[in-house]
Amino acid sequence: MFTKFYISLFKLIPLLFLLSCHSTNDVESRVKIKFWAMGAEGEYVQKLLPQFYKRYPNIEVDVQSIPWTAAQEKLISAFASDNLPDLFQLGNTWVPQFVALDAIMNLDEFIEVSDKISRESYFEGIWSTNVIDGSLFGVPWYVDTRIVFYRKDILSRAGYDKFPETWDDLLDASRKIKKNFNDVDKYAIYLPTNEWASFIIFALQNNSGILKENNSYGAFRGKEFREAFEYLINFHKEGLAPIGISQVTNVYQAFAENYFSMYISGPWNIPEFNKWMTGELADKWGTAPMPSNTGNYPGTSLAGGASLVINKKTKNTNASQKFIEFLSEPEIQIKFYTLINDLPAVKVAWEDSLLANNKYMQAFFKQFHNVTATPKIAEWEQIAFSKVQQYAEEAVRGTKSIEDILISLDNDVDKILEKRRWLLSKKNDKD
Amino acid sequence: MNFSQKNKLTAAYFFLAPALSAIFVFFFIPVIAAFFISFTDFDIYSLSNYSNARFVGLKNYISLIEDPLFWQALKNTFFYVIIAGPLSIIVSLLAALLLNSKLVRFKSIFRLTYFLPVVTTLIAVSIIWRFIYHPKFGILNYLLDLFGINSIDWLGDPNLALPAIILMSVWKNFGYNMIIFIAGLQNIPEYLYEAAELEGASYWQQLKSITIPMLAPTTLFISIITMIGFFQLFAEPYVMTQGGPINSTLSVVLYMYNEGFRWWNMGYSAAIAFVLFIIIFVATLIQFKVQKVNEAIE
Repeated sequence: MFTKFYISLFKLIPLLFLLSCHSTNDVESRVKIKFWAMGAEGEYVQKLLPQFYKRYPNIEVDVQSIPWTAAQEKLISAFASDNLPDLFQLGNTWVPQFVALDAIMNLDEFIEVSDKISRESYFEGIWSTNVIDGSLFGVPWYVDTRIVFYRKDILSRAGYDKFPETWDDLLDASRKIKKNFNDVDKYAIYLPTNEWASFIIFALQNNSGILKENNSYGAFRGKEFREAFEYLINFHKEGLAPIGISQVTNVYQAFAENYFSMYISGPWNIPEFNKWMTGELADKWGTAPMPSNTGNYPGTSLAGGASLVINKKTKNTNASQKFIEFLSEPEIQIKFYTLINDLPAVKVAWEDSLLANNKYMQAFFKQFHNVTATPKIAEWEQIAFSKVQQYAEEAVRGTKSIEDILISLDNDVDKILEKRRWLLSKKNDKD
Repeated sequence: MNFSQKNKLTAAYFFLAPALSAIFVFFFIPVIAAFFISFTDFDIYSLSNYSNARFVGLKNYISLIEDPLFWQALKNTFFYVIIAGPLSIIVSLLAALLLNSKLVRFKSIFRLTYFLPVVTTLIAVSIIWRFIYHPKFGILNYLLDLFGINSIDWLGDPNLALPAIILMSVWKNFGYNMIIFIAGLQNIPEYLYEAAELEGASYWQQLKSITIPMLAPTTLFISIITMIGFFQLFAEPYVMTQGGPINSTLSVVLYMYNEGFRWWNMGYSAAIAFVLFIIIFVATLIQFKVQKVNEAIE
């Protein structure tokens, strides 16, 4: 009899334990959040975790690293099967897609109450990539944009001690470089057609909206886009830029071998250029913000980077927000930069000597003050990667006239946007 | 049907049930679902809210007919199947004949070497071949250079990229068919050759009148399997060229993948899948018919 009583008492212990935990505080109970990050970010963010655990011993972060190349498919498949993690990283051009999917949480309230994250501490152009129809859906984690990497020695031989600041000067410098080399196999600038960014950047600089009527039709045949497009295609036509893309399997090596002297690209290239430009070449390269055609230097560039977003269905909103706040602290942002060279999204972090004294970084800092988001619609990726690149390649190869190419581009894009127009009209009917 | 027979049948169904239900759940249901989806404009907006999908009837199929990119993909795929298919079968047959010859020594080593590309991951092979084809540092251009031929940008030239991929996939795949051909060759009774030799038939006559006719069932099997496999060309262009330059290596499956899993136009992508299914089905029927006609003639 007695033994039985003791046994039942024994059984009660875990229950009592649970009750006692519950009664103290909800936050105190241990929470595990799942966090998906891409590629190197996923690996290196784990090194920041000990610091996070020191402050929040009750939150455990389970980081899963997914490869960049398959990230979007993985995330969307995870959404379809209801397996999205609590918190994940998104390329900021993907945010509109996940908003269209209704997969991520509106963060307006969170930012309003948070004393650690405020809109003013971020670069304006970058922040706005996360704002869809007036609501915030992501917090910038790290940023990137496109600037020009150039060979100082070759440009100064062409008479440019400073990087050209206007479209006209850029063309002029390119012609002089080509003339100085006097070699079919040496080019001034590399504008590969499998990188849509340059084509969009120059169009944005020329005040093209890229799309029109609430982003529901293409605006490619418009004067603004056409002028920018013609300007870039002309580099290929004059032999200032190589036409094919498979000649350049290693951009850095080609840059070191004078195959081309200017290249528009992003911050992830800096460590690579440092590795390839050694010995005599070590101080012969530089970075410069984008030239412009309006007289205001620098001209605009892309607002790139990655954002942190929260799964709409998460049960751990609070813990996820804590982790976002932690990753947004200036010291943590600097630490992350030293780990994998991801540029901090928080402006204050740029005052750190590590970045302020880096001669290659200053061009980026200047550029981030003038960056523009690409059209914030779910279809953008398809338009940019498949259509813009496809028609840029056709234009470079000169199979059709530019006029015809841009009309075809518009037609294709209008077809892609048909669904969007239908959804918009459906929404209007409701309102 | 008596009782015991009926019982036997029930037992058979009972044992088949797990496999059949797995096939039903994981094969037939998705196929039927895909068939329905191909009549809708199911896309990224519909993933979260099914009411955003519209029934569009045959619109996907009609726009497929009007889509120049689809025709390009179809043209590339047919070119690939028509050139690479027979080429790969001929190479496999030649390799099998060589390895089956009594004069060859170290047969197993050769068999292993020829089979090695088949078991190597396609991704790894594609990356290596990208180096081989490299216009500046590639070994292929180095060899051409020795003969005084200027280096060629294999994967960058719209006219050469697909032939370059054909060359690679023939090399990669011939080992598999070769093994099947060897098995077929070993099944040909020796006495046929002995009789032919007594009659004074030359090697070529033996090849023409004994080996090739006796291999007919094997060849049919191989040609169908190869054709079906080659119609599904995907990984080679996906890794080596991403369908470029100017879509000269875009295959139907690559196009389907891009539409479905990169841009999430599931309806359109499903329509491509069914068109491809019909093409493969018809091509297989034709092959069966041709074989039957051949047999009748003989």
